[in-house]
Amino acid sequence: MSRLESCLLMFLALCSVTQSINVEELNEEFTESLLLRPLPDRKVLAHFHFRSSAPPSKTYGRHHHIFPKSIYQLVHKFQVREMELSFTQGRWNYERWGGFDPISSSNAKPPGVELWAEFDVPQDQVDESWKNLTHALSGLFCASINFLEHSTSYSAPQWSFGSASGKLRYGTLPREAVCTENLTPWLKLLPCRDKAGLSLLMDRPSIYRGYYHSQRLHLKSDEFGASEMSTGMVLEQTLTVVLRPDTFSGKALQPSWSLSSLFGRSVSRKCSLSSSSNVYAQFEQNLLFEGDKLKEDREALENAISVGDGFEDNPLFELSLAPKRVIKESGNLQKAGSILYEFSVEDSNEFKPFDLGLNWKVPVAWSCPQAPLQASRFLLGSGNERGAIAISMKSTRSNNVERTSSYDENECWLRVGIFQMVPWYVKVYYHTLKLFLDGEPQSSMENIEKILVSPSEDKVSTGVLEMILRLPCSVNTAALTLEFDKGFLHIDEYPPDANQGFDIPSAVIHFADFVANMSFHDDSLKQVPILSKLQEEVPVVSYTEVLLVPLTTPDFSMPYNVITITCTVFALYFGSLLNALRRRVGEEERLLNGKGARKAGPLTLMISKLSAKLRGKKWEPPKQSESGRSSSKYKLLAKVVLVAGVAAAWQFYFQ
Amino acid sequence: MTEVSAVVKPKPRPIIRIGLFLISHSLFVSIVCCIAGVLALLLLPVLAKNTYISENALMPGSASAMLSTDDASDGHVFVNKIMSISSMSINSGIEIPEMIAKHIIESGGEVNYHKFQPLSDSFHPLQFFVGPDAGMVQDNYSSTSYGVNTVGIVRAPRGDGKEAIIIVTPYNSVKPTTSEALSLGVAYSVFTLLSRVSWLAKDIIWLAADSRHGEHAAVAAWLRDYYTLSSGDLEHEVTSVKRDGVSNGFRRAGTMAAALVIKVADSSTGFEKDGLKIYAEASNGQMPNLDLINIVNYLAVHGQGLQVRVEKIWSLLDSWWLYSLGELQELIGKVAKSLNPGWKFGIPASDYVEGCTTLASSLYNQALGIPTGPHGAFRDYQVDAITLEFSPRFSSSQRVLFLLHVGRLVEGVIRSVNNLLEKFHQSFFLYLMTSPSRFVSVGTYMIAFALLIAPLPLVAAALFSDASKSKSPGESIPTSPAWNWLYTAKTVLIVHLWGAIVTIIPYFLRQFPDSSPLISLLTWIASSAVLLFFTRAASSSLPFSCASQLQTSEWTLLKAVTVAAAFIGLCLMSVINYATAEIGALLLVPMCLMAVPLRIDATAKTAKTVARGACNVLLVFVGFPPAAFLLSKGALSSFDGVRLDDFWNWIESLREWNSATYIYICMVHLPCWVLLALAVVAAKGVALFSNIQTREQMEAQVHVASQKAESHINDVNALITGMERLGLELFGDEGLEVPSLDKGKRIENVFGDPIPDAINVRPPDTVHTKGSGSRKVSRKEAVIRQMHKPLRRCKKCRELVRHDSRNCGKEKEKNKSK
Repeated sequence: MSRLESCLLMFLALCSVTQSINVEELNEEFTESLLLRPLPDRKVLAHFHFRSSAPPSKTYGRHHHIFPKSIYQLVHKFQVREMELSFTQGRWNYERWGGFDPISSSNAKPPGVELWAEFDVPQDQVDESWKNLTHALSGLFCASINFLEHSTSYSAPQWSFGSASGKLRYGTLPREAVCTENLTPWLKLLPCRDKAGLSLLMDRPSIYRGYYHSQRLHLKSDEFGASEMSTGMVLEQTLTVVLRPDTFSGKALQPSWSLSSLFGRSVSRKCSLSSSSNVYAQFEQNLLFEGDKLKEDREALENAISVGDGFEDNPLFELSLAPKRVIKESGNLQKAGSILYEFSVEDSNEFKPFDLGLNWKVPVAWSCPQAPLQASRFLLGSGNERGAIAISMKSTRSNNVERTSSYDENECWLRVGIFQMVPWYVKVYYHTLKLFLDGEPQSSMENIEKILVSPSEDKVSTGVLEMILRLPCSVNTAALTLEFDKGFLHIDEYPPDANQGFDIPSAVIHFADFVANMSFHDDSLKQVPILSKLQEEVPVVSYTEVLLVPLTTPDFSMPYNVITITCTVFALYFGSLLNALRRRVGEEERLLNGKGARKAGPLTLMISKLSAKLRGKKWEPPKQSESGRSSSKYKLLAKVVLVAGVAAAWQFYFQ
Repeated sequence: MTEVSAVVKPKPRPIIRIGLFLISHSLFVSIVCCIAGVLALLLLPVLAKNTYISENALMPGSASAMLSTDDASDGHVFVNKIMSISSMSINSGIEIPEMIAKHIIESGGEVNYHKFQPLSDSFHPLQFFVGPDAGMVQDNYSSTSYGVNTVGIVRAPRGDGKEAIIIVTPYNSVKPTTSEALSLGVAYSVFTLLSRVSWLAKDIIWLAADSRHGEHAAVAAWLRDYYTLSSGDLEHEVTSVKRDGVSNGFRRAGTMAAALVIKVADSSTGFEKDGLKIYAEASNGQMPNLDLINIVNYLAVHGQGLQVRVEKIWSLLDSWWLYSLGELQELIGKVAKSLNPGWKFGIPASDYVEGCTTLASSLYNQALGIPTGPHGAFRDYQVDAITLEFSPRFSSSQRVLFLLHVGRLVEGVIRSVNNLLEKFHQSFFLYLMTSPSRFVSVGTYMIAFALLIAPLPLVAAALFSDASKSKSPGESIPTSPAWNWLYTAKTVLIVHLWGAIVTIIPYFLRQFPDSSPLISLLTWIASSAVLLFFTRAASSSLPFSCASQLQTSEWTLLKAVTVAAAFIGLCLMSVINYATAEIGALLLVPMCLMAVPLRIDATAKTAKTVARGACNVLLVFVGFPPAAFLLSKGALSSFDGVRLDDFWNWIESLREWNSATYIYICMVHLPCWVLLALAVVAAKGVALFSNIQTREQMEAQVHVASQKAESHINDVNALITGMERLGLELFGDEGLEVPSLDKGKRIENVFGDPIPDAINVRPPDTVHTKGSGSRKVSRKEAVIRQMHKPLRRCKKCRELVRHDSRNCGKEKEKNKSK
């Protein structure tokens, strides 16, 4: 019976989908969805996904009902072909939350702001468009994205991101603090803002209290393409948060949660402008595998979880609402893939709000699928002079890694792409690139398939290293080191709080041979945006940590002291130099003689002159009596001492 | 002298005049400066300022402590668990790390073990200049005994992971004592709290350091691996990848902001309060930022009511002379206050004595250059760190309360450091503590040092000018005195080179491991002496090789150059380690000033010269490094326990800790001492040490010489000619040569034209600036100017006119009269 029901449901859904396709050709569309997934370390991942699309303006015109006008203007003014902007707070924990699923590959972002954009303009206008775009986005999102305008803060990756057109620019601001003032303009782009629909859940304190918060905006348009098969503009807005449920539940048992306990709110109605508004609960295959084992232990006869039934008697957990649909991933041959339960918020209202809950029945531990190599990056060396950047990659040996490359063990290669952007004041010596495989130093050229280095230019451009490593599949650890010298900045180039140190943006590690996607049997599911997004083949990408390099920083209160002391030294130097240049020795002696004569007083001078004349000798200036002068000095000193003594005695006497 | 010639010759520049004046009065100036320097040093406790928190971002104590009694009792349970493990009979040293790791994982942190072996002895005396290199560390674990550090990390929930705060608890993993277990308990309770809180901005690393091979070695090994590509990064243990979630891979957490080493003392305080002792001195006298000590002191005193102390030399505490000095300054302070209530100096005598003992300890610890705890390892990587040693009031009861207090203090300090956006940079790095809340900054204590070494260049200059003036009569070939000093400088350089060789000798002596300290010391001294002898043989220019023929001028020059070398050495050392330079200056400066050959004193047997000779001998004895060390050791404790091999152990420890003090002693102090001491003891000078010797004495000696030569007329003639020459040389040119005359002649030589007596073209006497005189305005112009001005209303005639009420009628009269 239930099977029949589901078939009917499916049919209905198909009908609606085909209808929507017809509509889409003419109209704008907006969908919203939320994906929830329990994480192994007692946390919950919530992934909001909003998608607005508009048909090409050639056919549709310029007036939109749903698609945000500001984004439309942005696309048209700067001719943006593709753009991604993300604001992130916290770090994605690759070890615990996984790194091999579509959500982590496309939504785990480095802390701060990351922006990349590809333009549809001639090559020489790309930089200008980028600069204008950063300013526009800075105004739009109340963030200091305009700092990416300067050529020392962005780079032009050749093949690490998107297409290799050379019209792509990439920049990050690791120090940008993310706050509600960035979220509000982002919400403004939604047709219902946060007044209705799933965005009602975005209670600011609860979503910013989480362990990871990443708000992302992805824009794609082919407005300017020559082809007729234009699909218009697609704006994807996602918000990924990792929250810890507050509910207390023993030490072993995973915490149970509901939407209202996670967010402090619940959804009362859907956004009436959205064409679909669904909530999905995802359970990973490792978790289900544990469930299966449990079930086998209980000697259940049939397979634990199958489409449509077996929902209530799941041994692990219990969902508070009945799912509208259960979607099963078509996994490998050996194992079942993960499972998605779909719920719709459409039939909720003020009195019966949609509040999905999850209750765990038994303690369970599982692990998330990992990327083939787990990368971490750190600094070597200390001091203000030099150091080294090291990227270490360790094999995770995850069993569920499916290799698309050759299976031959001898000819099995793991291709790892590394993109590293380094600011100019960290002067990397690229010739010092060293590669260690399993602790053994390698001649690096053997393992490098492709490398592109553009060294930094002081105060002009950043240094970029793009490379693809070819590692044997059996590798356990691989480490890469690059030595650098620390540069000096001009005093006005220091940012505020310069004593904190300087950031080296995250390196991007991507595994080109691995794709993180889910595949579903049902092709019709492609029509639901979030599911089609999950099915999209994206390479596995992970970001490393941001590094903090302590550079030599001047004492900023010092310039005043330095100026005064320098001025004093210069004054002394120039004074004495001018004095030495100006002096004429003969002249001075003559003047001095004259002065000596004059000092003697007119009367004595006259007498001495007269006597000299009388005696018939040559007149000589009289010698100054030394005793008189010194005695007067002593008198003065004695007077001063006397006065001081009298004053002290006076003071002491009258106390 | 200059004033006499001032009438006929132009005065030299004032700076030069001051310099000449100081040089001519160098004896007086040096005595005054030296006494002032010592006085300034003794006055430092009075001049100390109260500490204050300089960085506003720290905000200590502004948040209430979150550590609850539950956390403290958790910590207590943890302590009991450790004690139960340690009381087990079989303990391989891995149980406790495993237990700690299990607890860390339970509280939500990340763990890894760090295996290490203590480093073998390697001497890098200049490591504080270059820092450890960034390359790889090649280490091979051949031996069986290695330590296991347990490292737990809490990641800040919303932080960016760029910075980290370190908590270090050293403990012996084989047999931990109760106090070590208590310190682990403190760290554990704080760590579990921090893994829950939401305010963290920096990651927290808890390093439970295995102190089996020494506390410092464990921490230093971990830091070395943190800053290099260590084996933990490169090797991947496939066999036991994850044992209970603990990986062997090295985990890191960004740049270190600060480190706290937590220790608990074995003995209870005996006071009413729990005690806290702060150790801050790192290698080579480096100190952590004063703000770090300030927060700890502020929170401990105002927050938790602990009794905070810093180290002091206890034996000085009841010395009568210090107390009487304190009373003297108190009295002076009182008198000054009665004169003017605004003058507030002078502190109570007991405070003064306390300050002095603390200051002495601070100075000594900085001068040693040996870190006073595991925090010293952090300073080598420019991380501010201090050791907090708590001493509980009672031995075992009320442990939970103790854990609560101490845990809250540590939490408060971590919270303050967590508030910090930048690294510590606001407050002082160069200071001496006189009490936990008082300090002497670099600006103050440098005065004492500057006063102490100021006489050295003066004395050197004075001696040099004396030497260049007085040429001995026996000198057959007159050499240019200006270049004489170069030969002497060569001598001094050779002795300093000898010092460098002496520095290296202990390294070779270490190759014979089974020699007792005393034998090693004696070998060292003997080999140094032999080397000195060989150096003497190799270079004939050394003065003591022909000591009997040493001329006065040579001796004076030698002393001048030695004093200059000592000055340079002390100045250099003061940049590297102030405290060493200060103590070195106290020993070296009096010797430099006093040193006169004993022979000179012996020839004139007045009371003054005898006293000076005795002083010289005493100073030479005290200046010898082993003697100075043993004397100070004896003075501080008692002379019974003083043995010669203590010095060897002391020197060995200096060398092992890469202390710059060792280099100073061997390469600056020892050569200067050797030069001065040999000069004092061995030099035979003729009585012509003109600066100190009076003219009467000289005349008396001339008389003695003439009496000796009376019998032969030839000798008399020779003596007379000699005396004539001597007189010409000494007094021939009246006074100093004034360089400006030479300059004039030199200029004449250069131009080839004599300077004319009268110069017709002279600079104008007066200068008129442009537009200084005003032009008389014609009547027309005045009228035109008046026309442009607006009319004003006169209050008398109520009309718009050009006059005011005061000269209302007069204007018309004036016009009429015209």
